[in-house]
Amino acid sequence: MLAQQLLNGLLLGATYALFALGFTLMFGVLRVVNLTYGFYFTAGAFIALWLTQFGLSLWLALPAAAIASGGIAVAVDWLLLTRLRRAKADELTSLMVTLGAVLALYAAMTAWLGPDIRRLPPGVIAGGALEAFGLRVSTAQLLILLACVLLAGGLLWLMRATRLGLAIRAMAERPDTAALMGIATGQLAALVSFISGALAGAGGVLIGLNFNAIHPYMGESMMLRGFVVIVVGGLGDIFGALAAGLLLGVVEVLTAGYLASGLKEAVAFALLVAVLWTRPSGLFGVAQGRKA
Amino acid sequence: MSMAALDDLLWTYQNVITALGINGLLALSMYVVLAVGQLSLGQAAFMGLGAYSAALMSLKLAWPFWAVLPLSCVAPVAFALAVGGPTLRLSGVYLAIATIGLGEVMRGVYLNIDLFGGALGLSGIPEAAPQWVIFAVLGLALFVLWRIGRSGVGRAMEAMRLDETAALSMGVNVRRYRRNALLASAVLAGLAGALSAHATSFIGPNDFGFEPAVSILSFALLGGIGSPFAPVLGAWLLTLLPEVLRPLADLRLVLNGVVIVLAVLFLPRGLLSWRMPRRAM
Repeated sequence: MLAQQLLNGLLLGATYALFALGFTLMFGVLRVVNLTYGFYFTAGAFIALWLTQFGLSLWLALPAAAIASGGIAVAVDWLLLTRLRRAKADELTSLMVTLGAVLALYAAMTAWLGPDIRRLPPGVIAGGALEAFGLRVSTAQLLILLACVLLAGGLLWLMRATRLGLAIRAMAERPDTAALMGIATGQLAALVSFISGALAGAGGVLIGLNFNAIHPYMGESMMLRGFVVIVVGGLGDIFGALAAGLLLGVVEVLTAGYLASGLKEAVAFALLVAVLWTRPSGLFGVAQGRKA
Repeated sequence: MSMAALDDLLWTYQNVITALGINGLLALSMYVVLAVGQLSLGQAAFMGLGAYSAALMSLKLAWPFWAVLPLSCVAPVAFALAVGGPTLRLSGVYLAIATIGLGEVMRGVYLNIDLFGGALGLSGIPEAAPQWVIFAVLGLALFVLWRIGRSGVGRAMEAMRLDETAALSMGVNVRRYRRNALLASAVLAGLAGALSAHATSFIGPNDFGFEPAVSILSFALLGGIGSPFAPVLGAWLLTLLPEVLRPLADLRLVLNGVVIVLAVLFLPRGLLSWRMPRRAM
């Protein structure tokens, strides 16, 4: 029983980690707490829903939705943030802009599509569950775990082992200096937006599949987890996000199992506040001196 | 009828007037934090805590309203300290991140704990807050913030908003100002919640979530933060506009979101950009 719960926790945590990957990348590189991120998640799920309703297989709908979400992310970033980046506005300003934008986007989407919960067509993925050693795992959960490992691995590889990753890290460190070194920072920022948006979209499809519930505000309820994950893991830390996501999943499942399922959010939030009190740079962060 | 402040089912004129007063207070509660260069998104949650604690004091303990109203600030202030406390020493984004989820978290708590009435909320709250009380509280808050804004404290607040490093080097105790601003914000939101609960006699778990939190920010950003009157003006415009232009009523939240985007990008000083005169130090 406990083993099954721990496993469920890890699988749930994989969804949170998957969601938080692009979010933490956006903050780490572009220095923007981009709250429209939750909308790309919703958008990905809806695009996949429409495509599968047209009879497309999930294996085509998933990448298509990811690419489309990435495109939306680039467009939103260009519309809202280029001007602020040029003016070197602080993090709080960009946070406010994206907050307003995401409320407008969710509300417009709700006005257009209604608040109802939609479901992917049945049979879009094999419904069976795997059983081994007395533990059960559904196909969707396995898919999320696999996607999470592959995407996180791919992202770490891109950032640490390629010239492109080197350029991205240089831009994250010092945008001006990077530009002087011949890095096309504008294009690179768009590329990072695209990757984050695509990760969010893919996350939306997979998580929509797992919970079988797609609605306009699904990204918003995920954002709370996103915040917990990026604060606990450390803002901008990919590996930290992975670990913190898994931790959060386990904590939530245990809360639901032994306390009350409705208090999951409260416990997740208590985790965030506890980390802010004790280790504000994240569980794996290094204490920073106060910058002037 | 749920929370008059931010509900689009304002079915009578009376409710609009109440909403003007409540939203004015909420705008001020956002203003005090923005004025020191911070951003708290917990205002709706603080309001909810004030509303629920006040309603419980009235319903379960049958305390008189004049005692309930000041006590309604206790729970919001305690939460503001617990949640915002650790962020005061960090960069400004952390307070926003720590508070943005608070509304949704509290919704889960209200829904799951019987004391708060679950999904049904609390009803039958005595209608002990007539409109003149709401506007008296708003007027008092405006007066106090005006006096503070004109004093050396206001100068220090403006200094740390514009350049934190310079303010620190001039001996401004930035962390203390940030904490006091957060506490004042929780007090104002808590009062707004208690007044709203005792004006409409019903509160529910869905009244204090993400959407009202962002809407309150739109009040302050539309008006600006040059003086305490500006955010109240913003709140009144955004409360009245959907009333006057009926087609806007369904898109009220879209409007509030778009207002934030446009205000930050094109109107950083707000509509009322007049900056209040200050006395010399």
